[in-house]
Amino acid sequence: MLVTVNGERRELPDGATVAHAVELLCDAPDGRGVAVAVGGEVVPRAAWSRTPLNDGVNVEVVAAVQGG
Amino acid sequence: MQEQFAIAGRELRSRLILGTGGFDNHEILAEALRSAGAELCTVALRRLDPAARGSILEVLAAAGVEVLPNTAGCFTARDAIITAQLAREAFETDWIKLEVIGDDRTLLPDAVELVAAAEALVDDGFVVLPYTTDDPVLARRLEDVGCVAVMPLGSPIGSGMGTLNPYNISIIIERAGVPVILDAGVGTASDAALAIELGCDAVLCASAISRAHDPVAMASAIRLAIEAGVLARGAGRIPRRRYARASTPEQGVPVLDGSDFAPRRGR
Repeated sequence: MLVTVNGERRELPDGATVAHAVELLCDAPDGRGVAVAVGGEVVPRAAWSRTPLNDGVNVEVVAAVQGG
Repeated sequence: MQEQFAIAGRELRSRLILGTGGFDNHEILAEALRSAGAELCTVALRRLDPAARGSILEVLAAAGVEVLPNTAGCFTARDAIITAQLAREAFETDWIKLEVIGDDRTLLPDAVELVAAAEALVDDGFVVLPYTTDDPVLARRLEDVGCVAVMPLGSPIGSGMGTLNPYNISIIIERAGVPVILDAGVGTASDAALAIELGCDAVLCASAISRAHDPVAMASAIRLAIEAGVLARGAGRIPRRRYARASTPEQGVPVLDGSDFAPRRGR
């Protein structure tokens, strides 16, 4: 299936979860300092590996930057 | 004015909150943190960059400072609420510096969206510190919906114009039942001192330090200015007067113009 991860179209196998989308960008499996929204809804870290992605969905993976 | 103050029950010794935006690199940020003596630092959330070198969180953890996430870049209450929820996930803190911007040139807050976002976030259990205009009525509205502090701007973000309306800031302070933190507009040390002398509980600085020619020296200067402001406020400034009031005694002035009788001096 095709999903959008941080603005880029990415191919993921059917049944892929939020955790798979995060792993496209970083290999910190504990995800500390990282947060994810799918379709504008926040997915808690504990639910990443059991939340499947639907085809065409928009995934935003964010992390801390300098600011404010 | 006491040396310590508290936001939502958290005691803070430092009245300087450091915004981490604008530092050229993490090394300068780490050094500026030490000079500033800050205990609380803002960070923002952006799309994860796989090429980014080192995490700012590690820099802040090494310096022993707490993270205050912000919602910088949000233009609607909805965006700000989701960003706050992301920040809670990423940083495991309920604290949020709420920014809802209404205009991309002045970066002034959108009052309507700001109050709506603040109310929703307080209801969702967040500890909300809103970046707001210097409008005393808006500050009161934010306090009424449950914000734990108000953060009025002295002047627009990064403008370095200092506090353009000290009257409004002093009215906000007079009326507020929560800490008042001057956010935005500080250009140099004296601006920070004035904010504290006016009665602000703390000052948030980012650009004034990070974009100074020597950020580490400016961090020290602003820390000392805040210390001076606390002392000056405690000491009590003299009232402003329209005319001079001599500090030297007016009696006993010798007559030196060669006349036999002293003429009456003064009018």
